[in-house]
Amino acid sequence: MIPLNWYLILGAALFLLGMLGFFLKRNVISLLLSVEIMLNAVNLTFVAFSSRNGQISGQIFVFFVLVVAAAEAAVGLALVIAMFRNRETLNVDRSNLLKW
Amino acid sequence: MIELLFLLFAAVAVGAAINVLVQKHVLYSSLSLIVLLTAISALFVLMQAEFLAVINVIVYAGAIMVLFVFVIMLLNLPPDEGGVDRLRWLKFVGIPMGLFLLFMVARTVWKVEGTSGAPDLAGTSQAIGASLFTDYLLPFELTSLLILIALMGAVVFAKKDL
Repeated sequence: MIPLNWYLILGAALFLLGMLGFFLKRNVISLLLSVEIMLNAVNLTFVAFSSRNGQISGQIFVFFVLVVAAAEAAVGLALVIAMFRNRETLNVDRSNLLKW
Repeated sequence: MIELLFLLFAAVAVGAAINVLVQKHVLYSSLSLIVLLTAISALFVLMQAEFLAVINVIVYAGAIMVLFVFVIMLLNLPPDEGGVDRLRWLKFVGIPMGLFLLFMVARTVWKVEGTSGAPDLAGTSQAIGASLFTDYLLPFELTSLLILIALMGAVVFAKKDL
C-alpha cells in the first residue's frame, strides 16, 4: 500500500507549481489554468486523507470543489471574453484602469 | 507494483503541470492540463475513489477543459507578447522561493503519521450518493443554486454591450 505521505508530497508539489504559475504568468487564461492545477492538488490531498481515514466526507468535498471549479471556469471565461473584447489583450498588466 | 504505478502517474502529473507553465501558447497549456487531469484520475483509482475518478474525467477533462479550449479558439488570440519589463527578474526570485516553500511543506507533511492499517475506503457511487443525499443534502441543493447563478453571470458578462 502506498504511504499517505507520498500523496501529500505530490499534492504539495502540484500546488506549488500552480502557485508559481499564478504569480509568474501574465496571461489571464494561464492564470485560470494555474488555479485549476491548484484545485486538483487540493482534491488529491482530500481524497488521500478521505480514503486512508475511512471517512467519505473528504470525497464529498471534492465533489463540491468540482462544482465550484465549473462555476468559476464559466464566469472566469465569460470575463475573459469581455476583457478581450474591450482591451484587445489578455495581459493582466495591461488592464490597469484602476491604477493611478 | 502499485508503487510503480503511483510513481508513473505522479511523474506524468508533475511533468504535465510543468508543461502547462512553460508552454508559450495557452492552447498547448490547456491540452497539457488535460493530461494532468487524467493522471490525477488514475491516482484516484489507485486510492479506490472510483466515482471521483470518473467524475473528474467527465466534468473536468470533458466539460471544463472543453470550455477553455472553446474560448481560446473563439478569441483567436495573438501570440503571447511576453512579460512586461518590470517582471523580467521576478522568476529568478520566484522559483527559488517556490522551491523553498515546497521544501518546507514537504518536510512538514512527511511527518504526518500514516493512519490505521485498514484497507482504503472504497469511494463507490453508492457510498458517495448515500452520504450526499442524507448528511450533505442542503449543501448539495445549494450547489444547484450556485450553478444557476454562475450560468446567469456568464450570460451577462459575455453580452456584447458590456
